[in-house]
Amino acid sequence: MTRRGRPASAPGLLARLDALARAAAPSVSTVAAMVLAAAPVGLPTLVPAVALAGVFFWSLFRPASMPAPAVFGLGLLQDLLGFSPLGIGVLTLLLVHGAALRVRRALAKQSFPLVWLAYCGFAVLAVGLGYLLQALLGWHLPPTPPAFAGFWLAVGLYPILAWPMSLAHRGMQRAEGLA
Amino acid sequence: MIRLSVPLRQALARLSVPVLIAAAFGTMLLGKADTLLVERTRMALADLLAPLYAVAAEPIGAVRGTVAEVQGLLNLRQETARLREENDRLHRWQAAALALEAENALLRRQLTFVPDPAPQFHTARVVADAGGTYAKAVLIATGPFLQVQKGQVALDERGLAGRVSEVGSRSARILLVTDMNSRIPVVLEGSRARAMMVGTNGARPRLQHWPSGMQPQEGDRVVTSAESATFPAGLPVGIVHLGETGWPEVELYARLDRLDLLRIFEFGLAGILPPEAVTRPDPSVRPRH
Repeated sequence: MTRRGRPASAPGLLARLDALARAAAPSVSTVAAMVLAAAPVGLPTLVPAVALAGVFFWSLFRPASMPAPAVFGLGLLQDLLGFSPLGIGVLTLLLVHGAALRVRRALAKQSFPLVWLAYCGFAVLAVGLGYLLQALLGWHLPPTPPAFAGFWLAVGLYPILAWPMSLAHRGMQRAEGLA
Repeated sequence: MIRLSVPLRQALARLSVPVLIAAAFGTMLLGKADTLLVERTRMALADLLAPLYAVAAEPIGAVRGTVAEVQGLLNLRQETARLREENDRLHRWQAAALALEAENALLRRQLTFVPDPAPQFHTARVVADAGGTYAKAVLIATGPFLQVQKGQVALDERGLAGRVSEVGSRSARILLVTDMNSRIPVVLEGSRARAMMVGTNGARPRLQHWPSGMQPQEGDRVVTSAESATFPAGLPVGIVHLGETGWPEVELYARLDRLDLLRIFEFGLAGILPPEAVTRPDPSVRPRH
């Protein structure tokens, strides 16, 4: 399809709403997933795994829609939904976000298994930092099995969560290509 | 929207992560310094989300039901054998209980015994897992018809589950007995020895501080003790089980991994309550002395 001739008009209300929705979709969908993950299903808590996957994926592939203040808000939500000392989720997610921004040029082009492998590294660091901060803020050593369970949940959930996220990402790219 | 030049905007974007990381440390300090504020914010958020959870509870319940059904079908044979054995045992107990009840009634008539008032309770739905990686707590939906107070005792249909630790207007948080911060005074029913049941975040809390020479034995029944006026005596808690290291643990009656309804009891006890409850006494909580 070729278009000729006309100068681009100023974006109308609908186009702007559309862009706004695209910009907000990553953080809003992550918030929704985190809230749903807090429902009791008999598993260890899924909230940190969901938050980590969302922040990592969107910082890597669509950093403009996952700005640092949004990451801060997601971390705060994670801490408030759970019972852990305030600030742990905020700090780990912000560090993950910062590190993902650093490596995104190299990593965003890679195939899915490589990205997943990198995510495993991020998950180890995030869970380890969470454990350390929990020990420091609570001033006693927390048991390690929940940390391991959290790590495996984070790693195992990533493909399940990345699939709809990459579908959404590609859809948004197509929409931007058309506009 | 304010228009900024491109380099300035880039500089701002680069600065925002370090600034927010500093803010994260600030949040940590705030969380340590003002626990009451954190608690209020948490309950405000929980109140906000409680209706949403209540709506989501139906489909989630369906998913959980399906999973449980599949598991049930898989070990049907084993379950039948176990139930048959349990049924035999319960029949024997029923006979014993009926005999004891008759004897009890007979003895009471001779003593002009004044019975304890039956405790009031409300049933509430568990709507969210409010713990986290290193904490064990659940959120229940309350409402205008269900007033819950801090310190009330929560039981599931089998035994003690936890205590109300935070109360909002539409939801309340129950700290489970398995949480690391939970300390419950208990009595071993066989030896009447007192002990402390200490949560470890694992499935089985540990027993500590029993009197010397009264080592808890495998299979002893554990019930709550009225020590410190936080629990009524005799609520069923669990059975002593010696762990891998030989340390006595409590196999809980309550099934904390699949809580869906909790009974919140009002025993009218006002034992150890958090500090702010002491400075602002609630007139509706009366100690029963």
